[in-house]
Amino acid sequence: MGTKTRYLHLAAATAIALSATPGSPSRSAAIERKSSAAKAASSGHSEGHEAGTVSGTVRVIGAQTAAARINMAADPACLRIHPTPMMSEEVVTEANGALKNVIVYISNGVGNRSFDPPKEPAVFEQKGCSYSPRVLGMQASQSLQIVNLDPTSHNIHPVPQNNREWNIIQPPGSSPIAETFTREEIIPVRCNVHPWMKGYIAVFKHPYFAITKEDGTFDLKDVPPGEYMIQAWHEKYGVLTQKVTLEGNQTKVLEFVFKP
Amino acid sequence: MKRNRMKVDIASILVLLFAAGAQVTPAQESHIGGITGEATRGRHLYRRYCVGCHGPLGDGRGENAPWVDPKPRDFVTGTFKCRSTPSGELPTDEDLFKSVTRGLVNSNMPPWLPLTEQQRADLVAYVKTFSSRFREEKPSAPVEVPSEPAADQQSIQRGSELYQKMNCWSCHGKEGHGDGPSAQTLVDNRGYPIPPFDFSAGTRFKCGESNQDLYRILMTGLDGTPMPSSSSALTPAQTWDLVHYLRALQINAKYSKASSPPRTGGSVALNKQLVRRPEHADLF
Ligand code: HEC
Ligand code: HEC
Ligand SMILES: [Cu+2]
Repeated sequence: MGTKTRYLHLAAATAIALSATPGSPSRSAAIERKSSAAKAASSGHSEGHEAGTVSGTVRVIGAQTAAARINMAADPACLRIHPTPMMSEEVVTEANGALKNVIVYISNGVGNRSFDPPKEPAVFEQKGCSYSPRVLGMQASQSLQIVNLDPTSHNIHPVPQNNREWNIIQPPGSSPIAETFTREEIIPVRCNVHPWMKGYIAVFKHPYFAITKEDGTFDLKDVPPGEYMIQAWHEKYGVLTQKVTLEGNQTKVLEFVFKP
Repeated sequence: MKRNRMKVDIASILVLLFAAGAQVTPAQESHIGGITGEATRGRHLYRRYCVGCHGPLGDGRGENAPWVDPKPRDFVTGTFKCRSTPSGELPTDEDLFKSVTRGLVNSNMPPWLPLTEQQRADLVAYVKTFSSRFREEKPSAPVEVPSEPAADQQSIQRGSELYQKMNCWSCHGKEGHGDGPSAQTLVDNRGYPIPPFDFSAGTRFKCGESNQDLYRILMTGLDGTPMPSSSSALTPAQTWDLVHYLRALQINAKYSKASSPPRTGGSVALNKQLVRRPEHADLF
């Protein structure tokens, strides 16, 4: 499934690359439009018809160990939810090495443009004594809603470097907690009551980020033409960086491979 | 090559010097009651009394820091344990003044009563210069502490149910000895192990000792540690129930502890610290 989508992306990228050969009229038009697109960007992130896509796959090869079982004995309420032990979700891979929960984002090239945060909140759930999603992407100043669906109390404790550190108990049946982060950063989130609960909230000033799915794929959509650094971050394997130059209406396909 | 690096070093020292100068320029003040503290005066006091632990840069890396546990506060992050403000917020000037005056039990942070109120206010103003947060943010209104209802048996019983429901026992233990199932796994925001409060260890807390202080501790949590805030989870009446239960727990924990063999060297040291606490409780 993962490979199939990748080939499709490749085909599309080649087609676009062929049509946009250097010096062709379409390219210079794209460059001209770049500056006006940048100006228009502050009003939102829909870049009109010339915006492109950066998509691709993240994989890990070698040094893969089987996921560990989580021992939830510390809280009988959690134990009851998982009669068969839950497996650690630190590394989730498919047979071909496709890696889930990698944050892929533009780390450089967006410049000083500012983006209004989306109106709808980013939702972070505590479900089955585990975080869902384990890795959440959101925009700076977007509302963050924290929900406890479990029959036990959790404490939500983000441990940031550049944002405010807070730590709040959320008992079962309480209404969602609304919070936000204002600075760009990948923030570890912990529940100290249940030491196995680990999650990450990635905060960006722009909307160009994605979290890889089970098949390791990601899509950064509506990206205006430009030169960018794209990073792929994984909680265990660290960061990989690639440079990409995106022409108008183009789809670039990137492949990130962690080799731990 | 070597000389080049020297040049760079001198340049960066100059930059640092300028930055340090600039840090004091926006004349950081503190306001405690009728007293106004001045950072320029606090600086000299800090160099004399505080630098050994908190360090010249206020990052908690003074020369004595390696031998101190828990570690001296890093003032640069602007994260403080004892606040009257909600979790994640800056403390008020008054909060910092109280911490400097009272010291923090079960730690090497001594009470600074020998210094005058003016001197302590000056120190608070200087401590605030280390974090840009004090220039960028304002703490919101302090948590209100409503008047205390009767500590009757029903209130203690309700409090006991909350202690269970809120998973306080996961860290503090069923009997409050600080030995819950998650206790061994806890670390502070700098990664150092941090034991949960042991309710048999005395009636004083880092952030105060009255029932009002205890109410506030539950509302605000101790930022930078696993100790969470219950502000969005409890009504004022429930918070008082929990306060009443914790007081009962302190008495029970002491007796249940006395009948069991002493545990670690740590708790012995802890008791010694409590014994030599000065008697100025009535001041706050
Ligand atoms: C012997 C070492 C030592 C000295 C000297 C010292 N401190 Fe501390 N201080 C500490 C430690 C350790 C902590 C952290 C205690 C804890 O986290 O439980 C601390 C914490 C603090 C806090 C944070 C309170 C909070 O709510 O988080 C403030 C403010 C503070 N010290 C101010 C001062 C000032 C001002 C001086 C000088 C007058 C000073 N300290 C001298 C060791 C010291
Ligand atoms: C995830 C673990 C954890 C949970 C849950 C927890 N605590 Fe704590 N608590 C701690 C730690 C760790 C400390 C010590 C912090 C320090 O020394 O800086 C502490 C300290 C305290 C203190 C002393 C504060 C002071 O100023 O010295 C009180 C009182 C307290 N907790 C009560 C509670 C109550 C009541 C609950 C339940 C609503 C609770 N705690 C839940 C970990 C926890
Ligand atoms: Cu939890």
